[in-house]
Amino acid sequence: MSADDATATQAPPPRSIPGTGTAGRHILVVLVMDRPGVLNRVASLMRARNFNIDSLAVSRTDKENISRMTLTLHGDDVAVEQAAKQLYRLIDVLKVQDVTEDQVVEHELALIKVRATDANRGEVIKIVEMYKGAIVDISAESVIVEAHGTEAEIDALVALLRGYGIKELVRTGATVMLRGAGSIEEALKL
Amino acid sequence: MSGGNATAGLRQNRQRGIEPMTMTKGEPPAGQASAAPPGEDGEAPHRRSHVPGDGTAAAAAIEKARRDMLHDVRGKKRTRIGADALMEALLLQGADTLFSYPGGVILPIYDILGDYPGIRHILVRHEQGGAHAADGYARASGKVGVCMGTSGPGATNLVTGIATAQLDSVPMVAITGNVPGALVGKDAFQEIDITGITLPMTKHNYLVRNADDIPRVIAEAFYIASHGRPGPVHVDITKDALQAETAAEHPSLDAVTAGLPGFRPNLEGHPKQLKTAAKEIAAAKRPLILAGHGVLIAEAWNELRALAEKTQIPVAWTLLGIGLMDEDHPLAYGYMGMHGWKHVNRAIQSADLLIAIGMRFDDRVTGSVRTYAPYARIIHADIDPAEIGKNVAVEVPIVGDAKNVLEGLTHFVKAVDPAERAEYFAQLAEWRTESEGSSWHGSGGWQSGQLTADYIVERIGELTNHEATYVADVGQNQMWLARYTKFKRPHSHISSGGLGTMGFAVPAAMGAALGNPHNETWAVCGDGGFQMTSQELMTLVADRIPVKIAVLDNHKLGMIRQWQELFYAGNYHSSHLPGPDFVKLADAYGVPGFKVSTTDGVDDAIRAAQAVDGPALIWFETVEEQNVFPIMPAGKGLSDLIDGAPEE
Repeated sequence: MSADDATATQAPPPRSIPGTGTAGRHILVVLVMDRPGVLNRVASLMRARNFNIDSLAVSRTDKENISRMTLTLHGDDVAVEQAAKQLYRLIDVLKVQDVTEDQVVEHELALIKVRATDANRGEVIKIVEMYKGAIVDISAESVIVEAHGTEAEIDALVALLRGYGIKELVRTGATVMLRGAGSIEEALKL
Repeated sequence: MSGGNATAGLRQNRQRGIEPMTMTKGEPPAGQASAAPPGEDGEAPHRRSHVPGDGTAAAAAIEKARRDMLHDVRGKKRTRIGADALMEALLLQGADTLFSYPGGVILPIYDILGDYPGIRHILVRHEQGGAHAADGYARASGKVGVCMGTSGPGATNLVTGIATAQLDSVPMVAITGNVPGALVGKDAFQEIDITGITLPMTKHNYLVRNADDIPRVIAEAFYIASHGRPGPVHVDITKDALQAETAAEHPSLDAVTAGLPGFRPNLEGHPKQLKTAAKEIAAAKRPLILAGHGVLIAEAWNELRALAEKTQIPVAWTLLGIGLMDEDHPLAYGYMGMHGWKHVNRAIQSADLLIAIGMRFDDRVTGSVRTYAPYARIIHADIDPAEIGKNVAVEVPIVGDAKNVLEGLTHFVKAVDPAERAEYFAQLAEWRTESEGSSWHGSGGWQSGQLTADYIVERIGELTNHEATYVADVGQNQMWLARYTKFKRPHSHISSGGLGTMGFAVPAAMGAALGNPHNETWAVCGDGGFQMTSQELMTLVADRIPVKIAVLDNHKLGMIRQWQELFYAGNYHSSHLPGPDFVKLADAYGVPGFKVSTTDGVDDAIRAAQAVDGPALIWFETVEEQNVFPIMPAGKGLSDLIDGAPEE
């Protein structure tokens, strides 16, 4: 049975639901108190709220007791904004900034162990040089490639090297910093 | 035990010469394990140590902790220990009641508890009851509720109560003991990673391993629990921290806030947003205020009434908002949502502006968001920014405390003459008459002498002059209470809204009666929920807590049965629930019990229960298959209410 409406002359448009925009990659910078369990809190919240973390890099900052996380995830603007708001509910979280649209330096480090013998080592080295990477270890059957750059650049290099056979791959996840004099840390009001 | 097999497996591996992964450093090679017994060939016996990492400081600490766990005695010299710091901190925070159950690792607290008469200790019969009691205490008094349990099972028993407080934003500090620090992570007796368990369901939690940290952590816990959007904070303290001597001083409030730089709740509504909202209000023809628990938490009922009266906007409320406005007030329109009044949901569906204050557009309130309030623009004020835009998209977000926001809005809005809304009010009144008249008290069954639940809760409300504190359980009883008891006083209605915790009523009423001793306290529960926590009857008796309990017994899990009837083709699996003789049960505990099976006995029984000095129980044997109407089917919208039994 439906409640008839006093004013309805035609069916109203459906109400919009938050978070139905187009999904894309977002980079969040999260400054947190360096306390036991803080990484667990952030990870647990993202899991419980159904946000999928693509990469997560954590380290100390130069400020005592403050750590910095760089977190990349996929979602639409509203979902990512919701993730940021949820992060703010954590007592140990000091600042969350979505830098996706900002001018940033983005760097990620990757170590890639690639099959390479005398026959094709030269090709591998040439590819690595084109991507401004370096060979940091050589054995008879493999090399370790050290590469750094944006996530997309490393993706491209990995795709090329895949043809030679990747024995092992490790990536740090993206780390970013805003270009210019502005500082996310200095903006903190402690 | 499976351990035996594992050991056998290891032995086999050793025979095959495979080193087990768990070999520790100091251990001799596997071959020596079968060395000759001591003394056989005349050599001095080599005594093996089974202590992992023997000789190290860590091993010594673990050994000491084990010894302390097994031989637990109070030191002869009485010094200030961590447990003292804890009690002092609780007193400093104004705690006067502690709902708790003892256990091994919190014995150091029980050992000194007698030295702190300022704290009334309520020995509950189950830790879940303690957590719900602290919850009820907090909701009835507005203060922070405190409960405590031991490590392991004591802590996990608290979990349901903590989760209940989390989803209903109730300020609570839950304290647990844990095994001595050196044994944390060793799967010691009654050890469980309880901070890992409570992490996603508390506002914040702590593991304290050092007695010197106790004053700071307890001060922070109370501050976090009660500021901003309230919630439970869990503090887990190791036994050695409770026992260690400490001289740590209690921090000042300034020191507490300085130590929490990440916790700065925004309380003031932004003036720009308030002005925008005022413009929306001025332009609206069919505005409606949706008020929630936030209004009660902020104690902003006067400010709410002021805004409603100045703008002549009717007020609807959520389940947890019940009591924020006297239901007899001319602008009080009623309870919204899945089992709310049809006229209220119709008003929401036709409104052109919703002014939502301190509520969160829960799915029980909105139903399908796609069809929710299709003509309305939405102003949403909440203290928690994460609630705004979470479930519904809104036009005017306002972050702030309900009291400040309502004051600000009232300041910026123009006064409206009731005559301007004559047409709107006439429509609302017509809907209201229709909705209340068509389903008078849901069933009307009482008129033909049937004992229906709606009649009982209505009489309880009437005979207590609507002045008591009414604590609901979960299910049909909860909805009947919300709809038919009529509430006039803030904090007079307590209900587990978010988590929907069956078994909530009796223990929460126990806490509510202590949190607010000035008003009579009634627990209204079904036979299912009552049987989940009925052991607290003994606590009520032992501590002389005057809770009146109404058990609405339909021999069913009523709401389950209703859903099975309406949505599962009458497949009544497991919803028939045989129960005991509740009067005999009450009698066994020493609680006076009354049984009522007909409508004409209802008033006398209620009066008799009221006359008892102490707890009392009434067993209402009601009709078995009464439904709560209207009901919004799951996944449907507010316009799709079922307001009577489907036709045959």
